[in-house]
Amino acid sequence: MAGVAVSTTINGDHVEYLCQPDETLLEVLRDRLGLTGAKEGCGTGDCGACSVIVDNRLVCSCLVLGAEAEGRQIETIEGMAHGDQLHPLQQKFLEHAALQCGICTPGFLIAAKDLLAKNPSPTEEEIRFGLAGNLCRCTGYDKIVRAVQDAANVMKGA
Amino acid sequence: MNFDPRYSNRSFSSVGTRPIRPDGVDKVTGRARYGADFNMAGQLVGRILRSPHAHAVIKKIDTSKAEKLAGVKAVITAKDLPDLTDGDAAMYDILDNCMARKKALYDGHAVAAVAAIDARTARQALKLIEVDYEVLPHVTDVDEAMKHHAPLINDAIFTEGLEEKPVKPSNVTKRTQYGHGDVHQGFAQADFVVERSFKTEQTHQGYIEPHACVASVNPDGTAELWVCTQGHFVYRQHCAQLLGMEASKLRVTSSEIGGGFGGKTHVWAEPVALALSRKAGRPVKLVMTREEVFRASGPTSATSIDVKIGAKKDGTITAAEATLRYSCGPYAGMWAEIGAMTAFACYKLENVKTVGYEVLVNRPKTAAYRAPSAPMAAFAVESAVDELAKEIGMDPVDFRIKNAAQEGTRASYGPVYGPIGIGPTLEAVKNHPHMKAPLGLNQGRGMACGFWFNFGGQTCTDLNIGMDGSVSLAVGTVDVGGSRASLSLVAAEELGIDYSHVKAIVADTSSLGYNDMTDGSRGTFSSSMATISAARNAIKVLRERAAQMWDIGVDDVAWEKGHAVAKGEKHGNLGKLSLKEIAAASGKTGGPIAGHSELVADGAGVSFATHICDIEVDPETGSTRVLRYTVVQDAGKAVHPTYVEGQYQGGAAQGIGWALNEEYIYGKDGRLQNPGFLDYRIPVCSDLPMIDTQILEIPNPNHPYGVRGVGETSIVPPLAAIANAVSNAVGVRMSHIPMSPPRILAALEAEREG
Ligand code: FES
Ligand code: FES
Repeated sequence: MAGVAVSTTINGDHVEYLCQPDETLLEVLRDRLGLTGAKEGCGTGDCGACSVIVDNRLVCSCLVLGAEAEGRQIETIEGMAHGDQLHPLQQKFLEHAALQCGICTPGFLIAAKDLLAKNPSPTEEEIRFGLAGNLCRCTGYDKIVRAVQDAANVMKGA
Repeated sequence: MNFDPRYSNRSFSSVGTRPIRPDGVDKVTGRARYGADFNMAGQLVGRILRSPHAHAVIKKIDTSKAEKLAGVKAVITAKDLPDLTDGDAAMYDILDNCMARKKALYDGHAVAAVAAIDARTARQALKLIEVDYEVLPHVTDVDEAMKHHAPLINDAIFTEGLEEKPVKPSNVTKRTQYGHGDVHQGFAQADFVVERSFKTEQTHQGYIEPHACVASVNPDGTAELWVCTQGHFVYRQHCAQLLGMEASKLRVTSSEIGGGFGGKTHVWAEPVALALSRKAGRPVKLVMTREEVFRASGPTSATSIDVKIGAKKDGTITAAEATLRYSCGPYAGMWAEIGAMTAFACYKLENVKTVGYEVLVNRPKTAAYRAPSAPMAAFAVESAVDELAKEIGMDPVDFRIKNAAQEGTRASYGPVYGPIGIGPTLEAVKNHPHMKAPLGLNQGRGMACGFWFNFGGQTCTDLNIGMDGSVSLAVGTVDVGGSRASLSLVAAEELGIDYSHVKAIVADTSSLGYNDMTDGSRGTFSSSMATISAARNAIKVLRERAAQMWDIGVDDVAWEKGHAVAKGEKHGNLGKLSLKEIAAASGKTGGPIAGHSELVADGAGVSFATHICDIEVDPETGSTRVLRYTVVQDAGKAVHPTYVEGQYQGGAAQGIGWALNEEYIYGKDGRLQNPGFLDYRIPVCSDLPMIDTQILEIPNPNHPYGVRGVGETSIVPPLAAIANAVSNAVGVRMSHIPMSPPRILAALEAEREG
């Protein structure tokens, strides 16, 4: 099978790669580009651990083909902090202990960032439904919801 | 000086605070490396071929076509993992589970494996392997498997624990019995007796990270294994034994672990990855798919439990009896036995008897799942307890308080309790505002208690003090939920320095002595004990060095708040030496300063919890909604309270999923029908309310700070608490878990039809 040449933007950097036509964006990120922050929890779009933002849309990168990234703007967890300055969501996840094992955390952070971009003052219910595509087996979500609420307040104040 | 683990009352400056965990930043930036995030030069991709049959003889495996495919570097079958277990039946079962030898025993059982240059080639190669199966009759239900005409899974199994050795083999590997007193007499004294049968379905731990490892066997016979595991030392032992290696030649590094809950205490694909690497002569990365995790790792038991409890009019329980049948998958386990031990552990009983039956079925091997076996037993017992309270006309909390075990009570499983938390958690629940909140239409409130033993075990820890006075703590218990933060707090507490100067890591198997698994809620309990011991050993060295610096006797040097202090008037002008000053001078006073500790942490201290839950049931659809949830649990001493709360909340959420939704569904063909997160639905954020927690601290007398394990007990009460809530909401006793909408509807209809 011949490879597909793709030219795209990831976390603001221009990136080019060759991938197979049936390769997912998640495989490309993790196996070709070394961006292992996005995780594979299921490979079927059910867990959200692989969440990334493509052209301002939250997607499961396990359901997107690497070839589809052509010409797009992709944001991954690796681009969330500004240098050594953590994003308020990252900071609040740490302060609230919104992670135990942490495997779901990159996906939750990306999904929460997308949620707050679209709705800067979500209610608890809006947060719960907004993050319902991301599975966490460790926390029971309580501290995740609180961290997102707190981050939303900080970001509005900023 | 021998280490004294006994509790002494003290005030704390670090322990009990809530700092940010040391591994946190890596985890929020995506830098933390989990099982699948590691790569080696020249690495191949490993994949496993699995049986599509629940029960079948493997007559022949032809791998020749797969071997010829370009890009395939190794194909293995059971022949490449010869039996080196030397009569060790438990190890043989592990070997057989890793790669089926004569028979495939469940849908998903590994039968062959390949290593190829990429995932696509590996997948193609699997399709080229030809397996000739002779399909046998199968059985997946625990009650069916006990019947005398049931298909036999292993004809070498004769039930152990019976008075007479049976003449015929069966699927029941063992009968166990616990208790004391005379239940017949006890029931004769009862004014009320409740007798009920319950069933629970099989669930999975559901960790979000699939099993993953990278194995690299070198031509000189040494090897490395990078793996997500709850116990890298145990993985090393098992892999080394199965592959015929010396343990010290195999270095196992535990990656960050994306959840385990007991499921990562057993080797599954790791020996296969090592065997592939050995044959291919290259590193092999092997990552399970989610489907493989469901079909071929280790879910919990499905159960069938009968309970009978009798009480007097005044609410005193006179006798309690339970028969517990637990599925083990195709290999012997001790799951029913643990259920039989925990079933009545919350109560003070004069007459109690529990009998457990371990039952083989054609399902994947049962593995531990958070307080393994206890939630199902608690579901049955706490449901019956609620009903008995109702029959007597007593409040369910008061009824439990009246019968709660206390210090000095002989537990139903044998030992006599020390100071315990069941009574205090019940009192706290009785006084909790949650119990008084109003309920609406179709809403019900339930409560239930739970018990877990907690484990200790072998633990080895190193504490090294750098020249700048900062501290490196190397532990051998895998950090599954924030224990590096807790252990750093303990080291800071003991040394009298700030938390920020301590950095804890999980060391690999070549860097530290043996450690048992992180299981049985032992991580913080036993490693904190070892850390305290190591810190005290380091303090001894620090005092010696200070004595040398001052040129006085070591007995005149005390350690206070991070400083050496010279005692006695004659040294009145000596001032203090900080840890930092002593460390800076260490090169001239005898070299590096360290404290080590090797111990068996005994006396983990049993743990109790009581949960309250409000549920709303839609009588039209049978669907349920958790409205409010409260966890009250004894932690002994909460080292990092935020992570203790996290354990309480996480266990409750898993219990809610188990109670309401989650189950393995097998077709008539013996195949698992829902091996994915779409159809095996674990709770999502919008399914749950906030989960309130209340931490009680009843010190464990066998730990210097009073710490008890906290990780597991929280999953024990939810099944029963929710079943009681649903029963109170709709007026029908739910006896089958999960209480999915169809089951609730069926129960309602049965009630209407009377
Ligand atoms: S890995 Fe993409 S949704 Fe689970
Ligand atoms: S923290 Fe473990 S899955 Fe969310």
